[in-house]
Amino acid sequence: MQVTVAVNGQEHSRQVEPRMLLVHFLRDELGLTGTHWGCDTSNCGTCVVLMDGEPVKSCTVLAATAAGHQIRTVEGLEVDGRLDPVQEGFREEHGLQCGFCTPGMMLTARALLDRRGRAATLDELTDQEIREAISGQICRCTGYATIVRSIRWAAERERLDTKEEV
Amino acid sequence: MDSVQVPAPFEYERATSVDHALELLRQLGPEARILAGGHSLLPMMKLRLATPGYLIDIDGLADELGYIHEDRDEIRIGAMTRHRELLESPLLATQVAIFTDAERVIADPIVRNRGTIGGALCQADPSEDLGAVCSAISAQTVVRGPDGDRVLDIDDFHRGPYQTAVQDDEMLLEIRVPLRPRSGSAYEKVDRRVGDWAVAAAGAALSLDAEGRIAEAGVALAAVGADIACAQARDELIGRVPTNDVLERAGAAAAAACSPVGDQRGSAQYKRHVAGVLTVRALRRAVARAQAEPEG
Repeated sequence: MQVTVAVNGQEHSRQVEPRMLLVHFLRDELGLTGTHWGCDTSNCGTCVVLMDGEPVKSCTVLAATAAGHQIRTVEGLEVDGRLDPVQEGFREEHGLQCGFCTPGMMLTARALLDRRGRAATLDELTDQEIREAISGQICRCTGYATIVRSIRWAAERERLDTKEEV
Repeated sequence: MDSVQVPAPFEYERATSVDHALELLRQLGPEARILAGGHSLLPMMKLRLATPGYLIDIDGLADELGYIHEDRDEIRIGAMTRHRELLESPLLATQVAIFTDAERVIADPIVRNRGTIGGALCQADPSEDLGAVCSAISAQTVVRGPDGDRVLDIDDFHRGPYQTAVQDDEMLLEIRVPLRPRSGSAYEKVDRRVGDWAVAAAGAALSLDAEGRIAEAGVALAAVGADIACAQARDELIGRVPTNDVLERAGAAAAAACSPVGDQRGSAQYKRHVAGVLTVRALRRAVARAQAEPEG
C-alpha cells in the first residue's frame, strides 16, 4: 500500500506492506537510521520518536497509522546547524556512553521540556519528573545519573533563554 | 525481513467514522480486528498469538471516541481515551480515583501515550489492570453492532482470559462508571519494575450508607487467575461497618479465592499472599476516600 508520512516536516511516500512498523519505515525506507531498533517489544524505548510532539515507541506503531501525523526523529532535533539544547545537554553532561538509547532519550526529553513550555510552569524541573518521563526507556551504560543531569542542563538552559527573551 | 519481529501479513483499512468501522467489520467478517492504540494487539500479532486477516485502524476516531465527561450520575469514557488522558483527568482523580491509582502504574509513560482503555478491555488479558479497575467499580460497557447498542455489565463483558462479549461485527464504544454518594475506590499493585506485568494487583470500590455501613462494594484482582471479580471478598463487606477486622476478612477471602500460577514473577503461594495484602490496602484507602467525601 502507498503510505505517506510527514517526518521532520517533510512528506515521504513509499509503497510498503501494511504490516511495516514505523521504526522500519524510518530506517529502511527513508534511511533515517538515527532512530534505533532494539527490543521490538515496546520495552526498551530506543525506537522512541515524537508523534504530534508526544513520544511513542515506533516498534509498536504501524507506518500506515503514522500517516496523517507529524513524526519527529533525532535527525530533526538539530535545526539549521544548531543543536537542540537537549543535544547540547547530553554533550555537556556526558549523557551517553555507547549511544544506543540516546536518540529515544533525547526525544523524550524534548517532549518533556515542550510540555512544560506549553504549561508555562515556573517550577524547577525535578529529578523525579525526569526519571518518571524516561522510565519506559532502558540505558545499560550510565545508570541514568548523567542522563538526568543532561536533561536538567537543557531545562535550565531553556529557562535562562526564556528569561533573556522576556 | 526474516529475522525481524513483525506481524504476519494482513490487509489494512482506515475507518473514518464509527459507522464506517462497523460497515468494514460487516464486510470483512470474522477475520477483521479493530486496531485502536495498538499496544495490546500489535505485540500479540508479532508473537503470532493473533493473526487477523484485516486490521481496521480507528486511529482517526481518537477525537470522536476520546472523551471523559460527567453525565448526571455517571462518568462516560470513550473507548479511544488513552491511558495518559485517564491518568491526567481531574474528574477521575476526584470522583473515581481508582483510575488515577492504576494509571500511574500501567506500563510506562510512553506506552500510556498510545494505549487506550477500549483496546485494553477488548484484549481482556487477565494481568491487565483496567479490567480489574472496571470490575471493581461495576462499570458498564456500550457495545455497538448492526442492530444498535448493547449495554453490558463489565462482568458480562468479560468472558474469560482474552475473551469478551464483543461479537465479530461489533465494537466497544464507551465505558460508563456509576457515581454513588459516599463512595471511594483505590488500586494497589506490586510489580518488579516499570512496564512489567503485575505480580498481583487488587482494586476495591465501595459506598457507605447513612449509618456508615458498606452499601455497595466491588473487589477485583489482576494477574492471579482467570476470575477478575472476587465475589467472596465482596460478600465479607456488604452490610458491615468497615472495621479493620472486616477488611482483613475480605482480604483473606480474596487470597483464598484467587488462583495464581507460579512463574518468574513469584510462586503461587507468594502471589496469593500479595493478593490478600493488596486487597486490604486497597479497601482501606477506598474507605478513607469514601469517608472523606462530603455529604450529598
